[in-house]
Amino acid sequence: MDDVFDAIVVGAGPAGCAAAYRLAKEGLQVLVVERGKFAGSKNVTGGVLYGPVMNELIPSFSAEAPVERRIMHHVITLLSEKSSLSIDYNAGDSEKHNGFSVLRSRFDRWFARKVEEAGGIVATGLRADDLLWQDGRVAGIVAGGDNIAGRVVIAADGVNSLLAEKAGLGVKLSPDNVNQGVKEIIKLPPETIEERFNLSGESGTAIHFLGFCTQGVHGGGFLYTNRESLSLGVVVQLKTLVEHNLKGVDLLEGFKSHPTVRELVKGGTTVEYSAHLVPAGGLSMVPRLYTDGLLVVGDAAALVLATGRALEGINFALESGMAAAETVKRAKGKNDFTKQTLSVYEQLLAQSFVLQDLKTFQKSAQFLENARLYGVYPELACRLAERIFEVDGKPKKKAWQIMREEMKGKVSIWQMIRDAISAKGAT
Amino acid sequence: MSPMTIAERLALNKYDVDAEPHIHLKLEVCQKCDRSPCLYICPAECFKLREGKLSFAYEGCLECGSCRIACDKGAIEWSYPRGGFGVSFEYG
Repeated sequence: MDDVFDAIVVGAGPAGCAAAYRLAKEGLQVLVVERGKFAGSKNVTGGVLYGPVMNELIPSFSAEAPVERRIMHHVITLLSEKSSLSIDYNAGDSEKHNGFSVLRSRFDRWFARKVEEAGGIVATGLRADDLLWQDGRVAGIVAGGDNIAGRVVIAADGVNSLLAEKAGLGVKLSPDNVNQGVKEIIKLPPETIEERFNLSGESGTAIHFLGFCTQGVHGGGFLYTNRESLSLGVVVQLKTLVEHNLKGVDLLEGFKSHPTVRELVKGGTTVEYSAHLVPAGGLSMVPRLYTDGLLVVGDAAALVLATGRALEGINFALESGMAAAETVKRAKGKNDFTKQTLSVYEQLLAQSFVLQDLKTFQKSAQFLENARLYGVYPELACRLAERIFEVDGKPKKKAWQIMREEMKGKVSIWQMIRDAISAKGAT
Repeated sequence: MSPMTIAERLALNKYDVDAEPHIHLKLEVCQKCDRSPCLYICPAECFKLREGKLSFAYEGCLECGSCRIACDKGAIEWSYPRGGFGVSFEYG
């Protein structure tokens, strides 16, 4: 074997594995360096893995990969302090709904094995400490005290990408463009999950919460059904936590003890507690994506879509990994790994949903700064429902009149219209 | 489900603690800090005030990096634990 790898991928998450898998399949010599004891051991998800992108890479992966449940129900739940109001979308048997809940420690480990089966080398328990430079270009990495040479390095080292930072391409993470997710895995028997969430067999549900789960501050809650557990968490903007002296774990505890959520997790046992950051600043946060001998993919490049509906990152990671692989393949064909050749990567991302979605939703980050989204509106919606459904022996009022009464002192009609207009532009 | 303390939560996770801390504090900077966002921002509560002095325990670190971003005084020298060390999520 040549002592120079065609590509060194740092990080065995979805972005890194997608890139490495594609390259190995093409017959290129690929090394994946993963600091965790095994691939996925450092990774946490608060999202759904959608099928189409993964299918493009590994057709019918869902039969083989350790996916948890097929997400056939999408629920949006607004929480006030004591009550909740849900919108429940049930996809029935629609073929279009091919999202899956996954546990990353299992899924990523499987994915890394696929890379190995394709001929790539995955070195776990090895931290990339630094970049190796030669004549002003990236020429490999320094890991475990050794210099490892590579024609190109793909930084797939996640949201805190110290490698991209060292190359001067790092995302500028700041408290206002990063969200902190804290999460619990709660064990429950599969029958209980199916009965409680109205599921049959393999189907699953994803619930997005807004309102009291974050005590009215910038962020939201989530619940995903896995086969034999629930993933329950809150994701909050770092700036908001700091400004309000709030602890993510306290929010999670409050969320868990909300009457609505309490019923959903009842009888469960917490088996894991984790935390992770999510880059949520959208397009404005995306750094330069390549330089001589280096490409940045996935979370390391802040390729996450935050629209306020849900966070979507795994697809973006996969797609960027595949685009990086395609770029490296072409560079290898020309035996030219300079930034001129590697610029293909950005073109590929611009043609794909990755940069197009980030562009479509570039106003979302600013829109999501509006505190009324997390406090006033969920509260108002729940109050409205409460008063519409209550029967108290007094004459009833029309919904609009109740609405006006409940809005008093909290939000003006003009503010509401302005918010609706900015929502139109952002979501 | 009954509430849990941070210690109880961290006890659920698997760790292989490195003898070398991966995060270092410049305590002389911390002494002058009046906001201490680290006390709130760390989901593992690695930062604690003991008799008015900031102390730091890296063993339960979840490696999220929140402290690195929240501390605007540059008091935190942050890196990941060495390969194979630190937290290992079984579910993720």
